[in-house]
Amino acid sequence: MWGNYIARRIGQGLVVLWAAYTISFLILYLLPGDAATLFAGGGDQEAIDPALVAQLRSELGLDRPLWEQYLAALGKALTGDFGTSTQTGRPASDLLLESLPPTLALTAFAFVLSVVFGITLALAASLARAQWLRSILSSLPPLGVSVPVFWIGLLLLQAFSFRLRLFPSMGNEGFDSLVLPAITIAIPSGAFIAQLLSRSLRSTLAQPYVEIVRAKGASERRVQLGHAFRNAAIPALTMVGVLIGGLLSGAVVTETVFSRLGIGRLVVTAVNNRDVPVVQAVVVFAALVFVVANLVVDLVYPLIDRRITLARTAFVAA
Amino acid sequence: MSFTRPRTAAIAAIGAVALALTACATGAGDAAPTPSAEAEPVAGGNLTFAISVDSQCIDPQQVGNNDAIAIARQTVASLTIQDPETGDILPWLAEDYEVNADATSFTFTLQDGPTYADGEPIDAASVKTNFEAIVALGAKASLGSSYLADLESVEVVDEHTVTINFSEPSAQFLQATSTFSLGLLSPATAAVSQADRCLGDFIGSGPFSVQSYTPNEGAVLERREGYEWGPSTAGHTGEAYLDTITYKVIPESGNRTGSLQSGQIDATTGIATVDAVLFEGEDFWSLNRANPGSVYNLYANQSTEKLADESVRLAIQKGIDREQITSTLLGPDDLPAVSPLASSTPYFTDLSDVLEYDPEGAADLLDEAGWTEGDDGIREKDGEKLSFHVTYWQSPKEVLELVQQQLRQIGVDLQLTFASIADVQAANADGTYDFSYGNLTRADPDVLRTVFSVNGTSNSTKRTEPAEVDELLDEQAAIIDPAERQKVVDEAASLLITGGYSIPIYQLSTTITAASKVQGLTFEASSRLDFYDAWIAE
Repeated sequence: MWGNYIARRIGQGLVVLWAAYTISFLILYLLPGDAATLFAGGGDQEAIDPALVAQLRSELGLDRPLWEQYLAALGKALTGDFGTSTQTGRPASDLLLESLPPTLALTAFAFVLSVVFGITLALAASLARAQWLRSILSSLPPLGVSVPVFWIGLLLLQAFSFRLRLFPSMGNEGFDSLVLPAITIAIPSGAFIAQLLSRSLRSTLAQPYVEIVRAKGASERRVQLGHAFRNAAIPALTMVGVLIGGLLSGAVVTETVFSRLGIGRLVVTAVNNRDVPVVQAVVVFAALVFVVANLVVDLVYPLIDRRITLARTAFVAA
Repeated sequence: MSFTRPRTAAIAAIGAVALALTACATGAGDAAPTPSAEAEPVAGGNLTFAISVDSQCIDPQQVGNNDAIAIARQTVASLTIQDPETGDILPWLAEDYEVNADATSFTFTLQDGPTYADGEPIDAASVKTNFEAIVALGAKASLGSSYLADLESVEVVDEHTVTINFSEPSAQFLQATSTFSLGLLSPATAAVSQADRCLGDFIGSGPFSVQSYTPNEGAVLERREGYEWGPSTAGHTGEAYLDTITYKVIPESGNRTGSLQSGQIDATTGIATVDAVLFEGEDFWSLNRANPGSVYNLYANQSTEKLADESVRLAIQKGIDREQITSTLLGPDDLPAVSPLASSTPYFTDLSDVLEYDPEGAADLLDEAGWTEGDDGIREKDGEKLSFHVTYWQSPKEVLELVQQQLRQIGVDLQLTFASIADVQAANADGTYDFSYGNLTRADPDVLRTVFSVNGTSNSTKRTEPAEVDELLDEQAAIIDPAERQKVVDEAASLLITGGYSIPIYQLSTTITAASKVQGLTFEASSRLDFYDAWIAE
């Protein structure tokens, strides 16, 4: 039973990976411009000799028909070879692996911050007694989710880097350079968690068993933290995939605003230069992260919430 | 019990407005002013310079982008140097040079003494290795290849004498030898792969060497010990003053401005015009220079029917109010074009007497050509509208928007698409577009031949039949005598205007903005950065 389920989910995951690869390949192919003309005519120089461009194009294999380019690329991708970056001549997978550590550091730190921030905000709003305080705390999540990431980044830069000179405005070294970018990503992600958790807390607190715990004389704190929170947190788990998406896309913008190295910068530069191999490598990687994250959540979920059992073809709540 | 409660929404809205208002608060740096130092240069220290874009390559023979050039230029010396004030080509690594009468043969006598950073002598054989390697790089070294087009042979006459022969007259080659694209690298570099060279694995001949380069993050150049062959145009001839130059890639304009204000970087050319006011005062200085070469032009595709008509092109040229564009949209240092050449280009002449804003003259030309005003204000003839389209990527985009408004007043409709470089190249790829837009930086009038001549590498007007102007452009390419060349360049530039080939708008300029402790940072002849005389006053 479990075996079948896992195998089916892995199969679905592989289909998702293949679809991500193919769709991004097609989009890049359909976008105007190609790597050869961009390479030869970079910057403010316009004197591109068409003969040189044609030579470059055939060197890069861009003059072959679409299906041939696609199958050749797909074949190599299956062996882990994503080809050579047209912009730098280095293997795309090398570039991806090099860009991974800074982004991992950033998103890991941002994840921790957003979880702490989201949980604190949701619990504070739920536990607050005074109505005015509760109103303010409840309005923060929608604010946090709607403000654009780059704007938050620029504001934090202005305040904490340029005015107060507490943190550097750029770079990848040291803990200092992680703080502002991580906060920038953590604000919308944390607000998202806070929204989920608040809604979930409210419905959990309406459950009959909570009434019983209250009737037994438990303090509000004990009711919420000791009993309701754990059950309220479970539905939030299913949104982990969406959360990771938010972290990754936040990283793309934040790495540009804060001049950090990472996958976000890598993919933005690659798209602008129509560096297809690198974009493909990043897309497949991102898809892989999503698939694995969702798979792990789906496998772990029934273990956490005993009310869920695995039926033959679908989840049912017992 | 939902988020649509009015109170919650109101508080959220107020919070958003409050955040927005904090963003409006700006102010100049509030540090106490420091006295400016007119002292002697001091050796030592690091200069942190911000660039906006990393084109992933810092090999001087392969780069074309201004930010990459700011790095690459410092690592190589060239055969000659161009005086930024006069445009004259002066000796550098070559202590003497000779050009034959028809500009097909150039002989250079090298100094005895200069070496590459690995200790190899800069001799005639290494010059030959360099030029042949550039030709072999082909499209990857597009600027160098274009300078060496028509290269026939490179002869090593003796250890210090080398002759370069061309199959066609190439007067531009002399100026080309002063550029970074033909800067000299050690023969050992010819064996390094093109990709590794881009990553900084090359050995140069200049006052600085590459210490490290991390693509998209930045680079560090360190002083080359033992460098003694500074050019005569510089303030000194020995080693560079700075220990290191640290380049940081900062893509976001607001980040560059704030970083310079807060002292996290020392200098940059990437400050937006609107932010320039923040750096007036004693703590910062700025220096501006026009980029030499071909100014920003609307290039008419003369292979299309409407634009093949000289009257239409001339009308459009006369219908653009260049003064209004620069005074409304650009900074005080950006000047209207008064020639197809920028004012800092050698052999430049002010042609304002033939290049004027003359909307009545434009209207007359169009009337005579049979284009009459339609109901919507746009002229038409035989049922066809006088309507054109241009796709462009260059900022500020408002320049062409104002041109569009100005042309409307003479009954011409110019449709605009502002997009990315890739989109522009795709839109212009099949040759059926109406207009393209751009400039080309080069400190030599031969740039006009590259851009406008029917035989030029760009042939931006897409003509197929040679005309008188092409003869003139070819002629100037073969003249060595400056006075003679000036006459022909003036004739060619004038004809480019009066024949409606060039529709100039404004000239690009570069501004260095730096902290007051940065001294001696300046421009070289093509308005690129020169760090050789730079030093830090602490």
